[in-house]
Amino acid sequence: MRRILLAVSVAALMGGCSSAVKLDSVPVEDKSGTPISGADGQNAAGGTAKSGVTGVDLGKAGQDAINAAGPRIVYFDYDSFVIKPEYQAIIEAHSRVIKADKTRKVAIEGHTDERGGREYNLALGQKRAEAVRKAMGLLGVTDSQVEAVSFGKEKPAAQGSDEASLAKNRRAEISYR
Amino acid sequence: MTSSFFSKASRNLQRGVIGLALACSLSAWAQFRVEVSGVGLTQLPIAVATFRGDDAAPQKIATIIRADLERSGQFRSIDSAAAVIDEVARPDASTWRQKGADSLVTGSVTRLADGRYDVRFRLWDVVKSQGQDLGGQSFPVPQGDLRLAAHRISDIIYEKLTGEKGIFSTRIAYVTKAAQRYNLWVADSDGENAQTALTSPEPIISPAWSPNGTQLAYVSFESRKPVVYAHDVATGKRRLIANFRGSNSAPVWSPDGHTLAVTLSRDGGSQLYTIDANGGEPRRLIQSGSIDTEPVYSPDGKTIFFVSDRGGAPQIYRTTATGGNVDRVTFTGSYNISPAISPDGRWLAYISRVNGAFKLHVMELATGTTNAITDTTADESPSFAPNGRLIVYATQQQGKEALMTSTLDGKIKARLGGQSGDIREPDWGPFQKP
Repeated sequence: MRRILLAVSVAALMGGCSSAVKLDSVPVEDKSGTPISGADGQNAAGGTAKSGVTGVDLGKAGQDAINAAGPRIVYFDYDSFVIKPEYQAIIEAHSRVIKADKTRKVAIEGHTDERGGREYNLALGQKRAEAVRKAMGLLGVTDSQVEAVSFGKEKPAAQGSDEASLAKNRRAEISYR
Repeated sequence: MTSSFFSKASRNLQRGVIGLALACSLSAWAQFRVEVSGVGLTQLPIAVATFRGDDAAPQKIATIIRADLERSGQFRSIDSAAAVIDEVARPDASTWRQKGADSLVTGSVTRLADGRYDVRFRLWDVVKSQGQDLGGQSFPVPQGDLRLAAHRISDIIYEKLTGEKGIFSTRIAYVTKAAQRYNLWVADSDGENAQTALTSPEPIISPAWSPNGTQLAYVSFESRKPVVYAHDVATGKRRLIANFRGSNSAPVWSPDGHTLAVTLSRDGGSQLYTIDANGGEPRRLIQSGSIDTEPVYSPDGKTIFFVSDRGGAPQIYRTTATGGNVDRVTFTGSYNISPAISPDGRWLAYISRVNGAFKLHVMELATGTTNAITDTTADESPSFAPNGRLIVYATQQQGKEALMTSTLDGKIKARLGGQSGDIREPDWGPFQKP
C-alpha cells in the first residue's frame, strides 16, 4: 500500500504544483503510510536549499505500484471466457492502479492454448481479453485506458502439450504499456 | 495444332522471361522434397529424359520437371533418368512406347558466353508410330532463373497434355519460426528457391496474396498487438491496412483487388469489416454478438464465406459481399474453420476437428458432399492452387511441421518442406502475369 501511495503522490505532482493531491479519488487503505521524502521535500517550501534537486523516478515508482498489485495473469478453463472467482482479486488490484493514474495505458493480452486454428484462436483470445476489460470497466476503470488485444496461440507461456502447460497458456495478461 | 501451340507458347515464354528477369535469386533456404504418398487412377505416363548439359548445370532441369509433373497428380513418371536426349535429336518412339510412356520430354541446358543459360525443350507424342513433335521452346535465362525456366516448361507440358493451365511457375508464401525469429517466405510452387519477404522477432500469421501476385497482406504482432499490413513483395515496401484499437486480423483480398475483408475488434468482439485497399474507414460487413472471422471471397467476389461461433461452436457460414443474410454451410462436426474456396467456386476446403484431430476436408458446395482427404491430425490453413487442382496446407508428419500439397481427392500428396524448423501458414499465389 505504501508503494501505491508513493505512485499516487508522484502522479499527483505530475499533474501540476498548484493542485492538491486528491486523496479521495485514491483507493488508499493504509492511512498510516509514512511520508515520502521526495514529495515532502517538494512541498515543504523553504525547507530545501534553492539549488537542491529531488529526483523522482517515475518509471520506478510506476513499476512499484504495478508490482504491489501482485500477479497480472488471469487463467481460464478450456473454451471458456468466464473469469473465475479466484481471479477477481487480481482484476480489482490492477483496476485500482489503473484508476489511480489516468495517464496509465494498459493492454489486456488474451491467449489460448495450442489447439485449433490460428485465426480462430486469435478471436478466442480476444474474448478472454475483453472479459477482463469489461470486468475492469465494472470496477470503474476508464475504457480509454484499457485496450483488449489478442495473441491467440502465438505466444504460449508454457511449451508443452500436456494439460498443465495448456492450462498455463489459456490466459489474459495485464500488460502495462 | 502443333504450330499454334508452338507460337502461343513462344509468345508466353518471351513475356515470361522478361518478367523473370526481375526476380532476384537468394540462396535457396531449404531443399524441399517431393514424396508422392498416394496412387492416382488416371495418370498420363510421361518420360522426361535427362537434358543434355544437366550434369554441369547448377539446377537439374529434368529433375525439376519430373517432380513438378508427379506432384500434380496428373502424371506418372516413366523411368528415364539414364537417357540423355536433347531437343534436336529425334527419339525412337517405339522404345519409349515399350517403356509405357505416352509422351517424352527432351532438352538441353547450355551456358552462354554472357553467363546466362539457354534452356531448351521439346515435347514428343510417342504413341504415334514415328513419334509426333508437339513443339518446344528456348529460354535464355540468368542462372537465378533456371528453376523458373524449368517450371515454365512444366507449365507448357501440363497445359498441352491436360488442357488446363499449369501452376508450376506460381509462388507460395508461408511463415517459419526458428530460434524466436519469424520469417515470411516466398517460394516456388515446389517450395524451392525460398526468399525472405519479412523477418520479425514477433509472430506473423495469415499471409494472403493480392490477386495480381504483387502484394502480401498479413498480420504482424511487431507492435505487440495484431496489425494488418500490405507488403509489396518486389520492393519490400509495407503499408498499414488496419491498425485499429483492439485486434486486427484475417486479411483477404477481394478478387478485383480493390477491397480487403478483415476481422477487427475495435467495436468489441471479433467482427467482419471491409476496407478499401488504399486505406480508409472500415465498413462493418455484418453485426453479431459472436465471433465472426476468417473471411474469404468467392471467386466471383459476390459471396464471403467466414467462420462464426454464432451457433455455439465454430462453423462456416456465408453472406453476400455487402453483408445481409447469413447461411450456414457446414453442419457436420463441432469445429469447422479456415475456409478456402476453389478458383472455380465448386469446392470448399476447410479444417474440421474430428475426435480431437484437425483434418483437411473438401466439400463440393453444390451437393454438400464432404471428404476428409488426409491421414494426418494437425492440418491447418488450406489454400487452393490457382488452377484448382491442388491444395497446399500445413500439417505435422512424424511430429515435425511440414507443408503438403494434395489433389482434391487426397490421392496424391507431396511434401514441400520441413527439415528446418516450424513451417506454417501457406498461401498459394495467383498465376503469374507474364
